[in-house]
Amino acid sequence: MSLRRLPQALAVPLLALGFSLLVGAVFVLAIGRDPVAVYAELLRGTLGSPYGVGQVLFKATPLIFTGLACALAFRAGLVNIGAEGQLYVGAFATAWAGFTFRGAPALVLAPACILAGALAGAAWGAVPGILKARFGSHEVINTIMLNFVAIALTGYMVSNVFVVPETVHTPEIAAAARLPRFEAFMPFFGGSPVNVSFLLALAAAAGYALLMNRTRLGYELRVVGHSAGAGEYAGIRTGPAVITAMALSGALAGMVGSNFVLGYKHYFEGGFSAGIGFMGLAVALLAQGSAVGVVLAALFFGMLSHGALVINTMVPKELVEILQATVIASVIVSSNVVQDYARRRARERTAAGVTP
Amino acid sequence: MSSPAVELLDIHKSFSRVKANDGVNLAVARGEIHALVGENGAGKSTLMKILYGLYAPDRGEIRIDGKPARFRGPADALRAGLGMVHQHFMLVRPFTVVENMLLGREGVPPVLPMDRVAASREIRDLSGRYALDVEPGAVVEDLPVGVQQRAEILRVLLHGASILIFDEPTAVLTPQEATDFFRVLGGLRDQGKTILLITHKLDEVMQVADRVTVMRAGRVVGERAVRDTSPAELARLMVGRDVALGRVEGEAPAGAPVLEVRSLGVRDSRRIARVNSVSFQVRAGEIVGIAGVEGNGQTELVEAIAGLREVEAGTIHMDGRDVTGSRVAQRQRSGLVHVPEDRQRRGLVLEMSLAENLLLGRQRESEFSGRVLLRAEPILRMARRLSEEFDVRPRDVSLKTRDFSGGNQQKIVVARELGRAPRLIVASQPTRGVDIGAIEFIHARLREARDQGVAVLLVSADLREVMSLSDRILVMYGGRVVGEVPGRDAREDRLGTLMLGGAA
Ligand SMILES: Nc1ncnc2c1ncn2[C@@H]1O[C@H](COP(=O)(O)OP(=O)(O)OP(=O)(O)O)[C@@H](O)[C@H]1O
Ligand SMILES: [Mg+2]
Repeated sequence: MSLRRLPQALAVPLLALGFSLLVGAVFVLAIGRDPVAVYAELLRGTLGSPYGVGQVLFKATPLIFTGLACALAFRAGLVNIGAEGQLYVGAFATAWAGFTFRGAPALVLAPACILAGALAGAAWGAVPGILKARFGSHEVINTIMLNFVAIALTGYMVSNVFVVPETVHTPEIAAAARLPRFEAFMPFFGGSPVNVSFLLALAAAAGYALLMNRTRLGYELRVVGHSAGAGEYAGIRTGPAVITAMALSGALAGMVGSNFVLGYKHYFEGGFSAGIGFMGLAVALLAQGSAVGVVLAALFFGMLSHGALVINTMVPKELVEILQATVIASVIVSSNVVQDYARRRARERTAAGVTP
Repeated sequence: MSSPAVELLDIHKSFSRVKANDGVNLAVARGEIHALVGENGAGKSTLMKILYGLYAPDRGEIRIDGKPARFRGPADALRAGLGMVHQHFMLVRPFTVVENMLLGREGVPPVLPMDRVAASREIRDLSGRYALDVEPGAVVEDLPVGVQQRAEILRVLLHGASILIFDEPTAVLTPQEATDFFRVLGGLRDQGKTILLITHKLDEVMQVADRVTVMRAGRVVGERAVRDTSPAELARLMVGRDVALGRVEGEAPAGAPVLEVRSLGVRDSRRIARVNSVSFQVRAGEIVGIAGVEGNGQTELVEAIAGLREVEAGTIHMDGRDVTGSRVAQRQRSGLVHVPEDRQRRGLVLEMSLAENLLLGRQRESEFSGRVLLRAEPILRMARRLSEEFDVRPRDVSLKTRDFSGGNQQKIVVARELGRAPRLIVASQPTRGVDIGAIEFIHARLREARDQGVAVLLVSADLREVMSLSDRILVMYGGRVVGEVPGRDAREDRLGTLMLGGAA
């Protein structure tokens, strides 16, 4: 991100925050509570203690993965609504590898589990890519449909194939596959399940930036994303580019299991995600494609998500959900407002769609 | 004396890194055709966009009929009686002419059925008055470019414009269409309209304009009555030196065939046959020009040769090897370069930088990329060298190509393609929109390539370009090659007859 764009990049979250706090305050007032006190509690509970910070990082980790997944697809000109399904098959594959190869040493097993997740996610993501490349069918529909399939399929697995009686989860993974929690070497995070997969998420973000900006593949994906005509002209085959982008996107989403399975529960559980894949779209939109943006946006949404639990004692659960949804919506809206404003200012520089 | 129709006073406009207008003053009298000429990037389009309310000036004043005007957008400008015909038309292509005319018209309620009959009558009225022949019921995308342009002009007139701005209106027209267009312009002037005309073709200025203003580097460097000046003087004012665009014969006879097209048949995206059993050769060291009215199969022929369009029948050979079915990348590796006719859709990624655009199509060459990583240093070096060599302005390799002027965008595409070491150059409209200095340079580069033994296939709507460059000229009509003329003794009238399907 260039320095010139920095004010605009900061304006989005700030304006969004201000606006959404206002909207939230209206709801809080409506049920006769004091918005200032509620917000103060939200802040205290998230950033006021190492445990709170740990929780924010923990919640942000999967959002970084799905945010990167959606951002990568966006930049290649694709809309991946299927991160949810990709993360389900990925997390399941991660768990499967973890409870199947019990004898393997930790240094091999943990990476193998993560790789299994990424590969499964990639395969799941590649399917709509292939359908688009081969038959021209739109990826939005197909990724949505594959979400249903993925959730049902993994649900079937835990209730019919890898059954642990009385539960909806798989057997536990081998101890060697576990990723250590931060509290193991940073005791002040005590009690929070934030774990090494947060670092993995940061590494993925760095890898994403490197891929998009420095590699030939990233360059080709961006060309195709901006202009299919120019891509064709440059000898880039659109079909393989679409499949590759969808597979990479799916691989990123498929790594979510490292946090939940390897770092937290140590098994795969049906229904564990509850929309992390869809939140990835919001993260990617807010981030406008940049890796740093994805990390910051994921942290912001992670803070909201944990903050919601914190204020749950002061206001009803429904209100918390309303608050969360309004904040997300107003973040997106205000990011549009800011971009509109920037565009209008730019119109003074660039004619709308008219080039000489 | 009454006040001028348009007055621009001390207009300044800077973009982040460039001063596009640097204190421009311009006055245009009512009922005058005023031409605006100047090098690529001189600031002509910017000035006209300021006048039309698309850009806000940093400083300066606009007066219409002597009254100060402040436009916050084109809607304000329209109300003040201004209209602009863009080079890329603003018509909705699948709609009919009438539907387009009704679009965005004030006073048309959004939900009531449109009164097509009344509108058609109004269109016929206006068409008659200004000799703008357009069939109101025709679908825009089925019309030839020249007729689309007339529809665009009609739309502006229907909005009640009395001051009309044209940005390079003839760049996309055939010579015949251009002649018709000038007749229309004359008619508009005689009815009291004021006309501002940006063009790079100085003979057009001499032919239709009353006055001409020359811009250079954001300033006005001269203003003349057309009867008191000459193309040579204007050229000198524009580029600061004399420009010659004559014919230069090749040094050596042509060698072995590089491109061989045999009985080629190609269909367009709507499956209509556009090229029918076309056969020809281009040899090493010769320039073969293709003349023809646009829409007679040239586009599809070129796309087929470049590997961008499927071949229906026949074969294409390069250096004796059959490449009929091979991919774009393969043809590029065997030495094909291609300047596409549509720079905005094919030739450039407008959202990406100059350097990234100069890399387009070369991203797999080992000089610029390892197996995985791009080599940033060589790419930047190549970009700086090419933008220097082809005089791309501004010389800023990180600027998005969207922010370059039209002519400079064209130079970027040409620089990238001619900057490689090709075996075969396929150039479609290579000088569309560039200034005379750049035309001279690009022509020189094409001849130089020929003299070094490269085969060149040139397609251009500009008949004089074809005549001054080609060793042989093929004329296309209705998807067939209907004639071949040696370039040396080609005559415009004879080519013109062939192009319209007449016998030679
Ligand atoms: N939106 C923009 N952002 C940055 N620079 C711009 C923008 N629009 C134009 N410029 C710059 O302003 C200068 C003048 O551009 P302009 O389009 O007015 O030139 P022009 O005289 O119309 O040239 P041409 O004959 O090539 O069309 C150029 O250097 C161009 O790069
Ligand atoms: Mg221009």
